[in-house]
Amino acid sequence: MFRERLSSVRLGFWSVVGGLLIITLPALAYIRYTRGLGAVTHLSDGFPWGLWIGFDLLCGVGLAAGGFAVTATVHILHLKDFKPIVRPTVLTAFLGYLLVITALLMDLGRPWNIWHPIIMWNPHSVMFEVGWCVMLYTTVLSLEFAPIVLERFQLDWMLKLLKPITPILVILGVILSTLHQSSLGSLFLIVPEKMDPLWYTPILPVLFFVSALAAGIAMTVVESWFSRRAFGRPIETHLLARLSRVSVLILALYLVLRLRDLAARGALSTIFPLTRVSMMFLAEIGFGVIVPMVLLAFARFRESPRRLAAAQGLVVLGFIFHRLNVSITAVQAATGHAYLPSVPEFLVSAGLVAVGMTIFVLACRYLPVFPEGAVVEEERSRHPAAAAVPAALRSEGAETAFDRT
Amino acid sequence: MAHRGILVDVTKCIGCGSCVEACQKANNQPAHEARGLDDQTYTYLMDRGNDVYVRRLCMHCEDPSCASACPVSAMHKTPEGPVVYDASKCLGCRYCLLACPFGVPTYEWHSATPRVQKCQMCYTRGEQGPACAQACPTGATKTGDRDELLAEARRRVVSDPKTYFQHIYGVNAAGGTDVLFIGPKDPQALGLPKVNRNLPMPDLTWQALKHVPDVVMYGGVLLGGLFWLTKRKDDVARAEQTERGKHHV
Repeated sequence: MFRERLSSVRLGFWSVVGGLLIITLPALAYIRYTRGLGAVTHLSDGFPWGLWIGFDLLCGVGLAAGGFAVTATVHILHLKDFKPIVRPTVLTAFLGYLLVITALLMDLGRPWNIWHPIIMWNPHSVMFEVGWCVMLYTTVLSLEFAPIVLERFQLDWMLKLLKPITPILVILGVILSTLHQSSLGSLFLIVPEKMDPLWYTPILPVLFFVSALAAGIAMTVVESWFSRRAFGRPIETHLLARLSRVSVLILALYLVLRLRDLAARGALSTIFPLTRVSMMFLAEIGFGVIVPMVLLAFARFRESPRRLAAAQGLVVLGFIFHRLNVSITAVQAATGHAYLPSVPEFLVSAGLVAVGMTIFVLACRYLPVFPEGAVVEEERSRHPAAAAVPAALRSEGAETAFDRT
Repeated sequence: MAHRGILVDVTKCIGCGSCVEACQKANNQPAHEARGLDDQTYTYLMDRGNDVYVRRLCMHCEDPSCASACPVSAMHKTPEGPVVYDASKCLGCRYCLLACPFGVPTYEWHSATPRVQKCQMCYTRGEQGPACAQACPTGATKTGDRDELLAEARRRVVSDPKTYFQHIYGVNAAGGTDVLFIGPKDPQALGLPKVNRNLPMPDLTWQALKHVPDVVMYGGVLLGGLFWLTKRKDDVARAEQTERGKHHV
């Protein structure tokens, strides 16, 4: 009883924080659009890309990678067991991309020209490729997300139109994501002399792709855990545990790629003597890659939802750490230009996360995002304790969906 | 003019600032003291001590990073030499600022309709050439055909090894630039940006971008194939199951 109250209080606290963050967004946007980027950010000619690129764009896109990984598992590899987590993952990815576009509208100096890459081509520009991939993949995601809305409004004839093209959409989604995730890394290939050797490498695109895969899966797990807390719905622990075994593999691959590359370029020795910069590197690799990889290798950690979420949470944090190190720490170390995000920059980034979480909660409440019937039954038989969530913890919408089974 | 360049001979510069003044006038900027490149300043003089003054300005690369980085070609290299900017195309992503190895482009951070700003070698003045070269009283900044300027720079450097450090800054840096510097000391001592790479920077991103068509084609085949194969496995398994079901009945 006490625990129940505690969780609801905590949710209440976060709702208030989120609400406040969302309210400040329009005010900050007004200042930014009337008085320029300089009025709200600490960006400068020496440091033209800051938190909004490093976090909102690089991390936003990366954390949405679960979308293509899980849809491919189900629709291309035909591992139908994973079907229950497809919808929440697609929803996360779709929201992620919409938020990335919103952040870009804040960050771009002349956002009214955002559509220009459609007619003004420069195939030699990585940014051109990024722009096209964002456009096309957001379209694909909206079509992958559409069935959830169509089902809600019982537009069966439209569902029938979408069904046969689903495999094509999924294949397109995987190709676009592969290009897009890696090209975010390619963005930095052109500045070999403006980045610290611990992060600049010709294999940046490969590292960005592999780490996005790990982060996408990690986000799927973390987000399942949050939904469980917020809606009191049973968690697909056995599925998430299976996915997390793949995580171990991907993290191991990433670690080998990263260390092998550092050694080949003779950059490993730059870790010593320990400086603030090399500490950032060690923290990123240690807590973001090695620790969760080891933890997830143990069944004990994979089978408890809370431990699983904690370990995968580390993967998410490590991923964010890497992207910020590439875009901020490495540039700072090599150019000597100082940059610390301003308070408004932090507020906007946090505000957009709050918007995303709010829409996610609303979508879960009013749309058929979570599976019903068979899976819940199966989960009940496997983990009777997890399925028996107190009714007080459940939201109204989720309660009806749950009770219908 | 086949391909315009600018030669800066640091040994001839007396630090009078005529180039800076002429630049501000030619670009309709209010006259002001120039201490660094910013959205109102395309060139300025660095006082390196001992009467050594070094200009900074856009290097007008042969294969410019900024033009390669720009998603909409708002930056582009004209056949005449200057690297120019078209604000009407620009999205304001500022990738050009990040990409430039010489730290040249600057941004109007306090504008609601911001533009990138940098020296455009007075492209709009046409045959007259850059205002800075015209204003220079000592010939420290000289404009002309790049090949001819390069030949002249070589002559000067080789013929007077006591005065000149034996290097022409801009011949190879980042794949070569249309602005060339010669001077009494090595480029680092003169305060010019250190660019180690002698090949065009855009090659680095092209190494990744050139694989895009392959990812699409091989990726399509691989994924389509996986879809088809696993679907068949699925179908077979289902057929076998119904078959078995029948036997039991």
